[in-house]
Amino acid sequence: MQAGRRLLLKAGAALALLAALPKALLAAVWPQKAFLSTEGREALSALLGTDQTTPSDQITLKLPEIAENGAFVPVTIGTTLENVKSISIVVEKNPRPLVASFEMMPGVFPNISSRIKMAETSEVMAVVKTDTGIYSTSKSVRVTLGGCA
Amino acid sequence: MAGSIKIKTRLSRDVAEVKSLIIHPMETGARKDPDTGELVPRHHITQLVFANNGKAVMVANFSTAVSRNPYINFRFRGAKAGDTLRVSWVDNLGGSDELETVLS
Repeated sequence: MQAGRRLLLKAGAALALLAALPKALLAAVWPQKAFLSTEGREALSALLGTDQTTPSDQITLKLPEIAENGAFVPVTIGTTLENVKSISIVVEKNPRPLVASFEMMPGVFPNISSRIKMAETSEVMAVVKTDTGIYSTSKSVRVTLGGCA
Repeated sequence: MAGSIKIKTRLSRDVAEVKSLIIHPMETGARKDPDTGELVPRHHITQLVFANNGKAVMVANFSTAVSRNPYINFRFRGAKAGDTLRVSWVDNLGGSDELETVLS
């Protein structure tokens, strides 16, 4: 009976592995630790391996100065830095500061637009990872109606 | 979640412009249902993948703090007419959807 149980366990493990396969093929793994982190620096460390970023004026972060509705804050991030690997957005005062991370293959223009949620008035940081380093720029956004991030 | 992906593409020379909108609630897990007073469980897209002719171009990783019905605009080089752009997403509750469009 003991042996039977082992076999079953093994079969179960194999099945679980098979079930996980299509997702593994789809793309890289969702960086759970970084996204569940409740502190901006910690999130960056989990995502990029360091919380040290070099301030850069080659990154443009377009955000409204005042966001009337924190549930829909338009954001555009662009950079003239070369060989960009990823662009990430961190909202310092959100309960979970890391908002999104865009991994780019060569050929993608390092310029993306989206909409994010902001819980309250906060610094917003754009972090750009290139093959030479990790760069950032920040901007403060005043939120009049919090967007329950 | 079929039909959740709306996409517009424009090709000029070898550059494809992609405008995508995904219909998804992006629930934070902190919102209370106004009728029942119960917390609405966290429900958000974790990964959104754009692949051109089977090759990943961009992978977007999301937290709950991307707005409801996320939209993403971007451009990439190296595209040509007839290429198949595939957009797919998965969420934290096992939901998913995908859509293919031919660049022209």
